Amino acid sequence: MAQLIRSGFSGRITKSGVLGAARSMSTAWWSHVEPAAKDPILGVTEAFLADPSPNKVNVGVGAYRDDNGKPVVLGCVREAERRIAGNLNMEYLPMGGSVKMVEETLKLAYGENSDLIKDKRIAAVQALSGTGACRLFADFQKRFSPDSQIYIPVPTWSNHHNIWRDANVPQRTFHYYHPESKGLDFASLMDDVKNAPNGSFFLLHACAHNPTGVDPTEEQWKEISYQFKVKGHYALFDMAYQGFASGDPERDAKSIRIFLEDGHLIGCAQSYAKNMGLYGQRVGCLSMVCEDEKQAVAVKSQLQQIARPMYSNPPIHGALVVSIILTDPDLKKLWLKEVKGMADRIIGMRTALRENLEKLGSPLSWEHITKQIGMFCYSGMTPEQVDRLTNEFHIYLTRNGRISMAGVTTGNVGYLANAIHEVTKTA
Amino acid sequence: MASTVPPLASASIAPLQNDGLKANFKTGTSLQCTFLGKEFYKAKQSFTRTSMTVAVKVSRFNDITMAPPDPILGVSEAFKADTHELKLNLGVGAYRTEDLQPLVLNVVKKAENLMLERGENKEYLPIEGLAAFNKVTAELLFGADSAVIQQQRVATVQGLSGTGSLRLAAALIERYFPGSKVLISAPTWGNHKNIFNDARVPWSEYRYYDPKTVGLDFEGMISDIKAAPEGSFVLLHGCAHNPTGIDPTPEQWEIIADVIQEKNHIPFFDVAYQGFASGSLDKDASSVRLFAARGMELLVAQSYSKNLGLYAERIGAMNVVCSSSDAAVRVKSQLKRIARPMYSNPPIHGARIVANIVGNTELFNEWKEDMELMAGRIKSVRQKLYDGLKAKDNSGKDWSFVLKQIGMFSFTGLNKAQSDNMTNKWHVYMTKDGRISLAGLPSAKCDYLADAIIDSYHNVN
Repeated sequence: MAQLIRSGFSGRITKSGVLGAARSMSTAWWSHVEPAAKDPILGVTEAFLADPSPNKVNVGVGAYRDDNGKPVVLGCVREAERRIAGNLNMEYLPMGGSVKMVEETLKLAYGENSDLIKDKRIAAVQALSGTGACRLFADFQKRFSPDSQIYIPVPTWSNHHNIWRDANVPQRTFHYYHPESKGLDFASLMDDVKNAPNGSFFLLHACAHNPTGVDPTEEQWKEISYQFKVKGHYALFDMAYQGFASGDPERDAKSIRIFLEDGHLIGCAQSYAKNMGLYGQRVGCLSMVCEDEKQAVAVKSQLQQIARPMYSNPPIHGALVVSIILTDPDLKKLWLKEVKGMADRIIGMRTALRENLEKLGSPLSWEHITKQIGMFCYSGMTPEQVDRLTNEFHIYLTRNGRISMAGVTTGNVGYLANAIHEVTKTA
Repeated sequence: MASTVPPLASASIAPLQNDGLKANFKTGTSLQCTFLGKEFYKAKQSFTRTSMTVAVKVSRFNDITMAPPDPILGVSEAFKADTHELKLNLGVGAYRTEDLQPLVLNVVKKAENLMLERGENKEYLPIEGLAAFNKVTAELLFGADSAVIQQQRVATVQGLSGTGSLRLAAALIERYFPGSKVLISAPTWGNHKNIFNDARVPWSEYRYYDPKTVGLDFEGMISDIKAAPEGSFVLLHGCAHNPTGIDPTPEQWEIIADVIQEKNHIPFFDVAYQGFASGSLDKDASSVRLFAARGMELLVAQSYSKNLGLYAERIGAMNVVCSSSDAAVRVKSQLKRIARPMYSNPPIHGARIVANIVGNTELFNEWKEDMELMAGRIKSVRQKLYDGLKAKDNSGKDWSFVLKQIGMFSFTGLNKAQSDNMTNKWHVYMTKDGRISLAGLPSAKCDYLADAIIDSYHNVN
């Protein structure tokens, strides 16, 4: 074996003998790695944090803030954590995650007395919040329907595109947002549903569409469901805002219940990031309705196979918080109250923002601010107008004009309205 | 809202009796639903627009079969079902006290209580994870005064324990080194193959375990690493090889590093037991530090599952040592880009626990003591098991490998039939490759285990 002579700590190594010439630090392997583009959503917060202006406003990322602009940890969550701290051991969860948490989560989506739950027809696993749930589904879709595509609404949460792309599932789009009315382009949506090949996979936002805040009405959901049946389409619901949209979790799950009544075998991605404020804990669930218990067991086992080489088993902490809250009647009651409180504050801010803009004499219609629902308002502003908001007024939002209403407070709504008016009054 | 509700007549369902409001019909031929020869119908509640019974279509997932049970996690399930009083679970690698209880370290409890008092919020972490955690984890691994840290040449990203960190690296390899192979030891942790398969990274094995010596096949290992195409990734266990417990000596590590440099390979370390193997964090990191000190670029996955007992919190990190700080910045950005469509950002809880413990001198010292205790218990049951085997076995077989191996696991050298005998006759649960987890062995059961091993080795083929 050649002897190594290491010279100092500079990392330069020379080899004697057979192996030839001196070699400096080993070949730079990563020189061809380009810097990745900043994530359009999370990059906004980074820029916000770096801004020294005292007037800065963050209406970028969809994380709830109280009326003082502070992040909130719900009272029910604090109490659950108090019970957990230092008490429970941290042994690996099963690959499918916390059984109790999943049980409670299914009740929220499918109904307390759902027959599907009783008949054990739902394959469900704990997932890494909504992202992780969508990713598990996308990988599952690739594996078991390898020739399929996913139909994604325009617009949608930007990470949806990343998820299905990294899962190697080709994407198509369907009409959703109607820029002129700042509402739903229902006619085109239905055309797209009809024109898609039979048996296509569709991604639907169950409530509080992100980024537009535009949801179909109940009647429209029924039509969509009916047409899905005609076409034999598959519906995957992404439900990230249950309870957070109207303040009532049952009401926010209406779209899903309509599809279930019509007999669809749906998929559902759920997240507790917003409605329980557990953002950083990464708690969610992916469920898939199957024909029978046997199939549900098989599907669940395959979902676990996908999770195992990704992260082995999901994180426990958030799951414990969720199951403690949902299985304690008092804590659950408190949660429902707190989630309604958050939804109400946002609805109040929508009203305030619209009224402020109207008072300023804006030539434009801002009706959509109060018609849209959930955390986000699709303002209709152009990227150039958004850039002005950021550069001139230190207001941070994504360039598609999406305002996170959760970041609006009584303290900044006037400033925000004024700034929006300034950049749009000559539109 | 300016939208039209399409009339029902335009719905294309054929053939059907579409008589408007109360239609009973089957869906068209494309949706004909037969399953096991029966047709399924769902009873429908009536809406104002129509009332209908429609066949639930056959699920497109109808052909999905049960996935095979996980070989490792399946062992625990079988153990739970066993009612025999002498049963022993030497399956999954989770530490147990002498009383066979899982252990939450006191430092962890203290850290959690501190966190609770502080009342920190639960906002999303950045995609790369908690900055305070990333800083301390890289320092723990490389040493705070190491050149790679001082020169900011390490891209560190918080990952979902070891598995998640390995998966990030695998995706990076697939994206930037398409076609490059990863060489993994024969044997290795079962999930390594799954990770590279799902990431579509080709792999092949290098010889590692020598059944004749129940030790390291060093020549085979070196030869296979040399034979691999230049620029391959070589997956190495930093310490306490899983499943064998067999580690190269320091001298052997030097030679492995020589060969890797010679062939322009990239070392890829999986460090799941730092501190847990010998009891010393620094000692267990010496293989990684040896490579880093040579100026090599390398990948290192870390996990805090075992050494801090944070199994279910899923806390670990992927570190990529680059030749320049600029490259490190770029690599980090690409790791983030891979993480975002997987889980967006990692879970906070475990990261905060680690950062709090390592960042507090008192807690850090207490943790180091805990690790010595855990490693110490394992060393002492190894000794007791060896003593039992030596005393009870008259065949002259050399059982010293039990003492030479290190960490939670021991490769007993038992084959599948012998391992089955361990379970079926002696109610000792282990994996079929002959691996036992010493973390699950109380000293009171060492003699029983020795009997079981001797019986299986000599009397079963």
